[in-house]
Amino acid sequence: MSTRTLDYTEPGALVMWFSDGWMITKRNLLKMKRSPDMLLFAVLQPIMFVLLFSQVYGGSIAVEGTDYTQFLMAGIFAQTVVFGSTFSGAAMAQDLKDGIIDRFRTLPMSGSAVLIGRTNADLVLNAISVLIMMGTGLLVGWRVNTSLSSSLAGVGLLLLFSYAFSWVMALLGMSVKTPEVINNASFMILFPLTFISNAFVQSSNLPTPLRIFAEWNPVSALVHAARELFGNLGSAPVPDVWPLQHAVETVLIGAALMLVVFVPLCIRKFASISSR
Amino acid sequence: MNIIETSALVKTYKAKGGRIHALDGFDLAVAEGSVEALLGPNGAGKTTVVKILATLARPDAGTAVVDGIDALRDPKAVRRIIGVSGQYAAVDENLTGFENLEMVGRLYHLGVRRARERAAELIDLFELTEAQNRPVKGFSGGMRRRIDLAGALVIRPRVLFLDEPTTGLDPRSRMAMWEVIHNLVADGTTLLLTTQYLEEADQLADHISVIDGGRVIADGTADALKAQIGGHRVEVTLVHAADAGRVQGILARHGAGQVTSSSEGRSLGVRVDNGPAALQSVLGELNSSGIALHDAGIRRPTLDDVFLKLTGHKAEAGADDDELQEAR
Repeated sequence: MSTRTLDYTEPGALVMWFSDGWMITKRNLLKMKRSPDMLLFAVLQPIMFVLLFSQVYGGSIAVEGTDYTQFLMAGIFAQTVVFGSTFSGAAMAQDLKDGIIDRFRTLPMSGSAVLIGRTNADLVLNAISVLIMMGTGLLVGWRVNTSLSSSLAGVGLLLLFSYAFSWVMALLGMSVKTPEVINNASFMILFPLTFISNAFVQSSNLPTPLRIFAEWNPVSALVHAARELFGNLGSAPVPDVWPLQHAVETVLIGAALMLVVFVPLCIRKFASISSR
Repeated sequence: MNIIETSALVKTYKAKGGRIHALDGFDLAVAEGSVEALLGPNGAGKTTVVKILATLARPDAGTAVVDGIDALRDPKAVRRIIGVSGQYAAVDENLTGFENLEMVGRLYHLGVRRARERAAELIDLFELTEAQNRPVKGFSGGMRRRIDLAGALVIRPRVLFLDEPTTGLDPRSRMAMWEVIHNLVADGTTLLLTTQYLEEADQLADHISVIDGGRVIADGTADALKAQIGGHRVEVTLVHAADAGRVQGILARHGAGQVTSSSEGRSLGVRVDNGPAALQSVLGELNSSGIALHDAGIRRPTLDDVFLKLTGHKAEAGADDDELQEAR
């Protein structure tokens, strides 16, 4: 071995940002591919949810203006991608615990690459989940009643929201001591957030305090926007609140807000974290 | 020229029940091309020093300069010339040995071809062929450490930081790791390593800084430090604990320090100036007094001895000698 440091030319900031982010994305995807149990869980859980809710509750829950299977699907899509985003937090916490973050932080790489690689990989996982759920939904009688472009916009909106939410969870993941905390904490927050919404029932049937919460809940807006774009609203009345009257806009604003606030917070946090 | 310089580093951590002073006015200067060991028990502040120099942590006060670059102002420039390998192997379990090294090369922006070439070179150099194409999980601690160390060497760094490179390894892996490190520094890489073991510092370092309570309490070559605490210890283990009183007297006459004894009183030891000669005369006298022995021998000073001498308290990490206590 020679004593001379290996010389190398550093690429420009933009090229570096892109190539480092891509390297970490690839690493995370490879990791998913090599943990078949995780992949299986990610594939089976959405199928299970679709079948459970549509077959078990489908006969007992009546909704106004449409049948339950049509009503339900967008709710399950939204719930699954929101839960999927928590993986970003758990994975950041795990990487921190394993010490690999220390390795990354001593390399002259782009300061946002690890976070971009993380959220990108989870976006891919969520996209796979959505496709599987849509396939399963079609099998149990769910139908898209709008144009192709409108339904693609629906998928895009679900993924945009989940991507933005991944950054929120990533910040949480870097702030906790162990990966287990993330799983417990996210259940405490996400169960109310996804169940006190219009995902599984119409909010008009809820007691007043819960109804108000559900109507202003961003998850409700996401579910409602997806129903709108897939054409699953039927003749059900739309509650007279701004976020549901303008559901697509609400989701876009919400996602933009999460990104504007949490991307810089995450990058700042990342620059100071270290294991143990 | 000094390639590493720190002055008056202070770092405190918040913890339950108050603040912990990890570093408390820490000064260090390491000459280019030399091997410096930071020797001290757990919690002495060794890892914190490495973290600050490796740009992983920021001190509350003080300066840290690596190769003329201010590590606090321009961490990215420091990252271009250093290699770091920590106490816990920072490798990706799901990637193969080759993929781990290739990824590090890519993140140094070596380019695809050169990153692969370098990964292959390091696989050969560190005899990692077995782990080349298989995910790292499932390999031994020694193998992971080697992959981690190889990762630290991808760019042939000017300055290498190794934080407790052999802690937790079995004796054979430890020896193998020492050999690897020996070869590494033979070509003039500057190395800063931390360790709890005097023997390790002795084997590898040109210069040793003994750390306690977040500051350097003594420094010098291994020989100079050992001279400070005396060359050897004579230790005997008795068949009958009842002989302890007489043996203590004999050891005190031949020794150059306080006689220590184990809690149950059957193992006694003392620092001596000339190990072999002292052992012979101690054994002669014990023999003529008819005292039966299980075991007897001389050993070199341990970290515990250094600490006892320098600080008056024991190094908590010296687990090997835990049952030796000051004889009253």
